[in-house]
Amino acid sequence: MLRAEAVTKVYRMGEVDVHALRGVDFALHEGEFLVLLGMSGSGKSTLLNILGGLDVPTEGRVFYRSWELTEADADELTRYRREHVGFVFQFYNLIPSLTARENVALVTEISEDPMDPVDALDLVGLRERRDHFPAQLSGGEQQRVAIARAVAKRPQVLLCDEPTGALDFRTGVQVLEVIDRINRELGTTTAVITHNAPVARIADRVVSLADGQVIHDDRNPDKILPSEVVW
Amino acid sequence: MSPILRKLLRDLARLQGQVITIALVVACGIASFVTMRSNYDSLLSSRDTYYEEFRFGDVFAHLERAPVAVEDQLEEVPGVAQAYTRVVESVMVPMPQMLRPASGTLVSLPPGGEPPLHAVFIEEGRALDPDRSDEVILLESFAKAHGLRPGDSVPAVINGTMRELTIVGIGMSPEFVMVMPAGSMTFDPKQVAVLWMNRDVVEAAFQMEGGFNDVVARLQPGADETTVLAAIDRVLEPYGGVGALGRAKQPSHYMLAAELQQLESMATVVPFIFLFVAAFLLNVVLSRLVTLQRPQIATLKALGYGDREVGLHYLMLVSVIVVLGALLGMAVGAYLGRQMLGLYTDEYFRFPYPRYFIGLDVAVTGVGVSLGAAVVGALAAVRRVSRLPPAEAMRPPAPASYRRTLIERIGLFSWLSPASRMIVRELQRQPLRVLLSATGIALSIAIVVTSRFTFDAMSYMMDVQVHQAMREDISVILAKPLPQRAVRELEHLPGVFRAEGIRSVAVRFHAGHRWRDASILGYPPDGELRHLVDREGHLQPVPQDGELVITSKLGELLGVRAGETIEVELREGDRETREVVVTGFVDESFGLQGHMRKDSLHALLREAPSVSSVLLDVDPLEFDAITQRLKELPWVLSVSSPRDFRENFEEQSGEMMGVFTFILTTFASIIAVGVIYNNTRVALSQRSRDFASLRVLGFTRREIAAILLGEQAIQVALAIPLGLLLGHAMAVGIMSSVDPETYRFPVIISARTYIYSSMVALAAALVSALLVRRKLDRLDLIGVLKTRE
Repeated sequence: MLRAEAVTKVYRMGEVDVHALRGVDFALHEGEFLVLLGMSGSGKSTLLNILGGLDVPTEGRVFYRSWELTEADADELTRYRREHVGFVFQFYNLIPSLTARENVALVTEISEDPMDPVDALDLVGLRERRDHFPAQLSGGEQQRVAIARAVAKRPQVLLCDEPTGALDFRTGVQVLEVIDRINRELGTTTAVITHNAPVARIADRVVSLADGQVIHDDRNPDKILPSEVVW
Repeated sequence: MSPILRKLLRDLARLQGQVITIALVVACGIASFVTMRSNYDSLLSSRDTYYEEFRFGDVFAHLERAPVAVEDQLEEVPGVAQAYTRVVESVMVPMPQMLRPASGTLVSLPPGGEPPLHAVFIEEGRALDPDRSDEVILLESFAKAHGLRPGDSVPAVINGTMRELTIVGIGMSPEFVMVMPAGSMTFDPKQVAVLWMNRDVVEAAFQMEGGFNDVVARLQPGADETTVLAAIDRVLEPYGGVGALGRAKQPSHYMLAAELQQLESMATVVPFIFLFVAAFLLNVVLSRLVTLQRPQIATLKALGYGDREVGLHYLMLVSVIVVLGALLGMAVGAYLGRQMLGLYTDEYFRFPYPRYFIGLDVAVTGVGVSLGAAVVGALAAVRRVSRLPPAEAMRPPAPASYRRTLIERIGLFSWLSPASRMIVRELQRQPLRVLLSATGIALSIAIVVTSRFTFDAMSYMMDVQVHQAMREDISVILAKPLPQRAVRELEHLPGVFRAEGIRSVAVRFHAGHRWRDASILGYPPDGELRHLVDREGHLQPVPQDGELVITSKLGELLGVRAGETIEVELREGDRETREVVVTGFVDESFGLQGHMRKDSLHALLREAPSVSSVLLDVDPLEFDAITQRLKELPWVLSVSSPRDFRENFEEQSGEMMGVFTFILTTFASIIAVGVIYNNTRVALSQRSRDFASLRVLGFTRREIAAILLGEQAIQVALAIPLGLLLGHAMAVGIMSSVDPETYRFPVIISARTYIYSSMVALAAALVSALLVRRKLDRLDLIGVLKTRE
């Protein structure tokens, strides 16, 4: 579904060039639950941003199905994000002036065939909290709203960048359960970034990055439930 | 350089867009203040120097004729320091290329040409030769308007005799700084001439040998003007005195004072607005900056910098902006002030040497007030942060909390999209800021309204006068009242459809101890060419037989009500005082006068029917020929056409207003851009994270721009009606500074002015939006998502 070919990304940080990605080949297959594992600075966020149309590679090509994203201009990338990709971030990025339901509605407003915002909140177990503002929700709840917001437009791909990074263990597990459920019940192709190795055990496939290169790409034969994860 | 100073410079560089816009607003404030104040001060001082050097009088009187010996009696009046008597008469100046003769004043000069009072400044040429009878010194504004130079000749009808005079000098005098043609409502230098000639020549022409008909006097320091005026009136009464006047009523001085007063009130109101807006902007920008720099402030304090040093650091930032603005403002103000003075002294006020200067007090006040306003504006933000303990300041500020708006809770607004709700809630969260910025924009609109409204009000009044009140094509003012026969004579001129005679007489109305100098106009019973029109433009009936209707303001000043009796002291004829019942009032815009039927006025004067001016309704094709004929009639003093008033007004006020409107529109646009741009920048930097999130979620640039600019658009939408109301209120305020005894304009503001003013705000909003839109397009999507709020 998503394919990266020999992707390189070089950032210019002041006087020095930082090679975030060095010729990465990568594929994300229809319906799978993938975990991108790596230490901080390994290049995993850069890869996810490129796959999500938030950034463009210095070299190499990226395809969404048959559409070459590396050829797309800024407006086409906006359309790509709007129609096909759901994002979840470490720091939730909810709009503070909108309630949970309105944050979700923000996306359903601009989508073709969205879910009802309340159904999306139901999916993450926050139906009752729908009229609360972000400042009135806990961190885990805010992240679940962010997930509801990401999936409400029925995206083909769900990209999550350290979704549990800002959460404690117990709420982190709840969030992973929601993501897992989206992947299973809606069949949304899902990629989750983490630096937390035990989280990788809930994935179908695990890709490890280090120093801007893929070092492992393994199927996970002993997939476990999020509730069984311990870290 | 100390690191904290370096930080200051870098902050300034980073904030350059805002530094520049705020400095410009400050500059506008100072520039408008310096321009208007220095222009006002310079005009005032040029006038005073002129008055002093050329010995302008304190008291003025006109009479029929008194022997020269009476001058000694006048000098003996207690309080009079010096009295100068002379002969002053009205003449007609029929310039060959002009259709209508100009009205002229002939003033005698003593042998030697140096009068003790009201000296003549000779700009070009020489003084009169005492032995020549055909030499004349001509008023400079008239000479310039007609391109006349010494050596040229000028025609004049002097006491019914046409004479060709030789111009030997071009001059001016403090009594003729501003001159209006008789019977006119507008300035027209082409139409007003002053001729100075040797006294013996003037005396001979008017049979005034050994006599005088005009007095100018200077008062002793501390003399009571009212007492002196009464004493002079007593001396001159047997000789046909028409009542002595103080400076306040001297026509040229009076108009000059009125203009200066208006300038002064503008010079106070407008700069205040600019400085208010500048203070507000500094406050907004600084509180944002300080909030964004919380961690840095904490660090500085942790390193051992005290509250005072931190506070001082930010105050320095403000001071740099103000000083930049002040320097620019002073330079622009000095330039514009000089230009403005040039414009005033070329067009309106004739001074021999207009001197431009900026008073030290003006410079100090301008910079001091703006610095003060800025510091007060910035202080609150600085205090808020420097009070925080360092550890707390290092933590990010608590997330903003939002509530549902009241309107939402009632259930309205349920149709709003989430994006629109973001706008509404953001506005609701900071209502004070919204109100202040809307006020800032509103003030800029108000400034534009103010700069244009006097023109609107004058245009309206002109239209009312020309289309409703003065329906004649030509007004003919006679040299002196003539029998009714004069009307018939003019009616028989070929092309005249209708002629109506008007009798007007100068009077002094008394009611108890109150009195006012005015005139009574007498209208023919079946008249069609003159109507009474009130301020709203409604026609009022001409009084019936025996009735006296007076201007409402006059009634108010005299404290009389309808049905009450007032005393009318006649200033011509038998000069007796008669009692008349006031039967009604008319709320007029111009002047103070009484209105009667013409025959009733004759009865009051105990005279045979006579007229002092004749109104003509003529065949348009014969218009030129008729004015040509009128020019040749010796008993005609002046000929004017109401249509010309409108044209003259457009021509003269048009240029002045063009300059004013241009300057103030520019300043107002700068304010509006300053407010809107800075607001938008603040909103953008406070919420760039929200906007980046939206972009990531798939919102287009256009969509997030709509959210950001939507907030600003609502402020502008609030500001427009507010600004128009404020503009109206300011117009009322400025109008109230005009002497109500001369003009009582309704505050009329044309739709064009309202639309123009609103367009200025909209254009400024558009420019600001474009400036910010560039920043919005370059939003860092990834960086912003990686950071915690």
